[in-house]
Amino acid sequence: MIGLTHYLGVAAALFVIGIFGIFVNRKNVIVIMMSIELMLLAVNINLVAFSAFLNDLVGQVFTMFILTVGAAEAAIGLAILVVFFRTRGTIEVEDVNVMKG
Amino acid sequence: MTVFAFAFWLFAIAAVVAGLMVVVSRNPVHSVLWLVLAFFSGAGLFVLLGAEFVAMLMVIVYVGAVMVLFLFVVMMLDIDFETLKGELARYAPLGLLISVIMLLQLGMAFGAWEPGEGTAALRMSPTPEGVTNTVALGELLYDRYLYLFQAAGLILLVAMIGAILLTMRHRKDVKRQDALTQIYRKPGEQMSLKNVKPGQGL
Repeated sequence: MIGLTHYLGVAAALFVIGIFGIFVNRKNVIVIMMSIELMLLAVNINLVAFSAFLNDLVGQVFTMFILTVGAAEAAIGLAILVVFFRTRGTIEVEDVNVMKG
Repeated sequence: MTVFAFAFWLFAIAAVVAGLMVVVSRNPVHSVLWLVLAFFSGAGLFVLLGAEFVAMLMVIVYVGAVMVLFLFVVMMLDIDFETLKGELARYAPLGLLISVIMLLQLGMAFGAWEPGEGTAALRMSPTPEGVTNTVALGELLYDRYLYLFQAAGLILLVAMIGAILLTMRHRKDVKRQDALTQIYRKPGEQMSLKNVKPGQGL
């Protein structure tokens, strides 16, 4: 029988994979952003699983808000990436600190 | 094994394998495609949990919009991905160590977790009976969470304006149509008669 723990296990695995991806692909910003999306997916699975097993609909509402913020974050992040690539000609994260902001 | 359990394991294994391939794939285009598979599997898990609306939203918003945006940026920017890779071996041990520790911690937390006494009474909005998921979600969203919903729309608006503002640039070397100067041109100023003598230029 598939229970809440199974879903939480999948979500935990996806979250940890996302963290591992940030560690491994330290140079490539695009893959780092994709890892963040993976982590957001894991959190969404957690929220929906709890919402389904506790019979509380609020979890799904908040999943939709996470979806919104994730979409906005991807749009802004990729826009910054495009501008950065235009001025620097590369997307290496180690070059990002040139402005010392 | 029931069909439900089979579907769960199918989606779960597909999600985890796709997530792993996103991380270790050498080609970012492959990464994006694996991420699409991961989101599809996540949407399948949502359907199994009875959250159809969020599942469809996942497919439409993430696979249809965000992943296409990623793919578009990966393909549009002329990035030399050869220079960006090759550090897997260097950071993999540390990353693996931290990942295993985090997985153990999460497993311990989830293994020991159980709902406390009286939590059923503390629920904000119990799932209504006899109503489809979309209807119930809509009633909740447009009633109790209306202001939050509006705030979400505002976030999207700000993100849109920010993305346009960041990526827009005025190129000086491109000739553009200026409608106003075209409208304000007068025939009398643009044309004049010259009496050109034979054998002479102007």
